[in-house]
Amino acid sequence: MEKTYYNPADLKKFGNITELQPELGNKFFDYYGEVFKEGALTAREKALIALAVSHAVQCPYCIDAYTSDCLEKGADENQMMEAVHVAAAIKGGAALVHGVQMMNKIKELTM
Amino acid sequence: MAVTSLKKQYHELADAGFQLTVLQQGAQFPAFAEKLAQHNLLPLKPTGATILQVNVGKMCNQTCRHCHVDAGPDRREIMTRETMQLCLDALARNPELTIVDITGGAPEMNPDFRWFVEELSKLGKQTIVRCNLTIILANPKYHDLPEFYKQLKVQVVSSLPYFAASRTDAQRGEGVFEKSVKALQMLNEVGYGREGSGLTLDLVYNPSGAFLPAAQQTLEAEFKRRLKAGFGIDFNNLFCITNLPISRYLEYLLQSGNYESYMQKLVDAFNPSAAANVMCRNTISVGWDGFLYDCDFNQMLELRVAPTAPQHIRDFDLQVLNNRSIVLNQHCYGCTAGAGSSCGGQTVS
Repeated sequence: MEKTYYNPADLKKFGNITELQPELGNKFFDYYGEVFKEGALTAREKALIALAVSHAVQCPYCIDAYTSDCLEKGADENQMMEAVHVAAAIKGGAALVHGVQMMNKIKELTM
Repeated sequence: MAVTSLKKQYHELADAGFQLTVLQQGAQFPAFAEKLAQHNLLPLKPTGATILQVNVGKMCNQTCRHCHVDAGPDRREIMTRETMQLCLDALARNPELTIVDITGGAPEMNPDFRWFVEELSKLGKQTIVRCNLTIILANPKYHDLPEFYKQLKVQVVSSLPYFAASRTDAQRGEGVFEKSVKALQMLNEVGYGREGSGLTLDLVYNPSGAFLPAAQQTLEAEFKRRLKAGFGIDFNNLFCITNLPISRYLEYLLQSGNYESYMQKLVDAFNPSAAANVMCRNTISVGWDGFLYDCDFNQMLELRVAPTAPQHIRDFDLQVLNNRSIVLNQHCYGCTAGAGSSCGGQTVS
């Protein structure tokens, strides 16, 4: 029995999800591969976005994978940390902007 | 960072035989030769040598963390003028060898370096010097190197692992980035890397850590943009080179706990097209003592050319060498990963 929910070795087994549902799994991986190809955005820019999203969704597998990927795509530490701050700003902002909703409710309930 | 070579430290990895033992221990990694056999590339044969790569010695003013030569100020092995003359004789006899790639250590620290380059120029060979940049500033006697290179139209190839100090200094030593920038500016001043000068200045990127290099074309664009904007520096091409798991880089991988995952990365990224284009197929490497190797990496692992071929530059026979089988080992995965890797950068576009 695993003692933790996350095992770094499981990242390599990601492709195994096709075993139980090959059609959808393969479609997902084909799509995934297409998304990360050079396009209007460079592969490095996409890796940095992926790194930021990895932090926003707090996926340790993704953080592991896209830290390596960003380094391999030539991103530097400053760019990578700025990307994480973008994620943090959006996550923080998303919480704080609900403060307006709270203020609206305060106004509604108080004299 | 260690400031002396592995040899000076009496480190077990200073021994080539021990390095090969480490490389061959990983039973989970398929033998490189088997991998080539699967793609009908075994035995790996030369396509015909056009490049003679001459390592004129292990002496260097730097002690880079990743150095596959284990070079440094404490190394004393350098090529003599007599051995250089044997190289010149072989080159004169073989017009097919059109390019001479001089490497080290810091080649400029060999007292016969300038004589050798002048003699190569007389032979009409295209000469490449792998200059570590900081040597230009290391001592006043080296300050005129850009002018010397210009006069002999030497192609300068220089390592600069990043366009910022953090990663450059982590790999090559404290203060190396700043000195490298200054040296690049000095090369630019005499025309190197400037459009229309005919003087080629190429840079080498290799990762400062346990990861593979970026795609050459995109990273070159980024280097050009950053170096121009930050320091006014121009250069011609960026060569992306994968670090091979030997010598000090092997020591780094083992010490940092990255060895197995890095080897796995190389094995997973094996590219048959890159395997078909490896540099050992068109290059012969000469060691400081005149012995012949398939590449500079094999040289550092003391893996001489196959016994069927001449072993020393004094017995150089291009025809026989062009029929040899190239000596392989697990480190060769470094040249076949992804877009491939060679002294001229990636081998697959």
